[in-house]
Amino acid sequence: MSTNLHINIAGENALIIYFCEQGSGQVNANVSAKVQQAEQLIRKAMTYELAQDIIDLVPSYASIMVMFNMMSTDHHQVRNKLRTLLQNIDNDLTAPDAAYATNIVELPVYYSDESGPDLSVIAQRTQLSIEQVIELHQGQEYRVYAIGFAPGFAYLGEVDERIATPRLSTPRMKVPKGAVAIADRQTAVYPSVSPGGWNIIGLCPIDMFDAKASPTMPVNVGDKVKFKAISKEKFLSLGGTLGGSYE
Amino acid sequence: MSKPALTSGLLVKHGGMLSLIQDTGRFGAFNIGLTNGGPVDLLAFQWANRLCNNKLNTTAIEISIGGLALIAQVDTSLAVTGANMPLTINGQIKALWRSYQIKAGDVIELGFASQGLRCYLAVANGFSIAPSFGSTATVCREGIGGIRGGKLLAGDVLACARTNLKNNLSLADKFTPKYTGEVTLHTVPSYQQQHFSLHQQRLFFSNEYTVSKSFDRMGYRLEGQAIACDIEGILSEGICHGAVQIPADGQPIVLLNDRQTIGGYPKIGAVSSIDTAKLGQLNQGGKVRFEPISMEQAHNLYHLSLSRFNRTELVICD
Repeated sequence: MSTNLHINIAGENALIIYFCEQGSGQVNANVSAKVQQAEQLIRKAMTYELAQDIIDLVPSYASIMVMFNMMSTDHHQVRNKLRTLLQNIDNDLTAPDAAYATNIVELPVYYSDESGPDLSVIAQRTQLSIEQVIELHQGQEYRVYAIGFAPGFAYLGEVDERIATPRLSTPRMKVPKGAVAIADRQTAVYPSVSPGGWNIIGLCPIDMFDAKASPTMPVNVGDKVKFKAISKEKFLSLGGTLGGSYE
Repeated sequence: MSKPALTSGLLVKHGGMLSLIQDTGRFGAFNIGLTNGGPVDLLAFQWANRLCNNKLNTTAIEISIGGLALIAQVDTSLAVTGANMPLTINGQIKALWRSYQIKAGDVIELGFASQGLRCYLAVANGFSIAPSFGSTATVCREGIGGIRGGKLLAGDVLACARTNLKNNLSLADKFTPKYTGEVTLHTVPSYQQQHFSLHQQRLFFSNEYTVSKSFDRMGYRLEGQAIACDIEGILSEGICHGAVQIPADGQPIVLLNDRQTIGGYPKIGAVSSIDTAKLGQLNQGGKVRFEPISMEQAHNLYHLSLSRFNRTELVICD
């Protein structure tokens, strides 16, 4: 019987698999590793035995929502198939990360006052120097916990506690594409111009979402991300642009 | 304004309030944050296609509120279904829920609906729009699908082939959906249901709610009895179509086609797709009630509705 894994109903054609107790509310790298493993197992099954039955998946921090095809199956069948497929993960027989692909993606960032208007605010708030804030941000290896909010928006964690900063009380109407930002212990790169309430500390010249590229995004849920400080010249030579609005 | 017409089809004279290219939606791209899009009233959309002898997922136009005007550049057939927007062809008023033969030069106009909110306009063999991520569905918030990822504008040309159906088809009046200002939403309790006390669940399922001024293709924000949840937020998780989110103010939001793929508010259940189609035809002030059903009942409703749709025959009208 399952100890950690729960499958709940989401809607008439969707189930949701939880990989830890609901409501515990804590971001957890081990749980996220299980999500990643389970997603890979289900996707593999979707190429063959579940090809007719499962339409799409939404992996997130501690859950995977599974949308199924009501024309070919029902929630009992899907539930049973998922349980069988995921029994080893549930029993902790697989060591985290073993035999499952985890990419490490390096993203260059031009950290500065001109590209990151909240950099000095965070420094002031935390009593650190700007250099220390940058060092702490790029010193961490982050995990992609979820993708959502906007196409290509990856939630990365966890930011060093010393530079964790709450969201702006009034979100900006416009954040430039490529803005690297912090909200509490999460960080992200805005994939396109959008409204946003996170604290911006720099700009990344790499496209986080390109509808015409394959793959569309440089990262998947479960991948690791490292940020690397680059100069203004390097940023511009990589195709980055300045002068976007931070309204 | 007028660009060289490399393709021909229907020329948009007025885009109206919100007219969008839609097929049945985009599936398989949740993992990069792309939502489904697609017609809010799937039933009316499918009827429009059947009236044109099309496959059910053929690309058509969803017209919200009204005001779309088109000029035909080719001979074709078209049908309009859904809310009761006055349809005119060359100034002559025409009935919805049937197909018409159209000649190049004809002007097709839709006024504003008094009952219901959205119409569907299909043409024989559909519009030729290049799909993005496997679908032509327009999601404005993402800037993806349709033409330019946005709503139709004057000057757009919606490419379609020169075709003519032999016969015009119609759906008998007794089979057409009737849009009133009141809807019962059959809802499967799900997600964080256990974090709502039995008392709060009773309140949710026994009170009437009103559609607030905030409603769109992303979701319908309702007003009425506030519902309290034991927990404030959850780790962001996948949101399914029809999910009923209860934010801190206790006012339910029913999430629809253009919803965000993940979110961190507690959810009490999810509305069946048959009923989200009806909800999507409501305007501000519309009344809704939630009625709890089991997953089995939801499947039963879905398959019965599908069976009725498949068994209902169209009539050759002229």
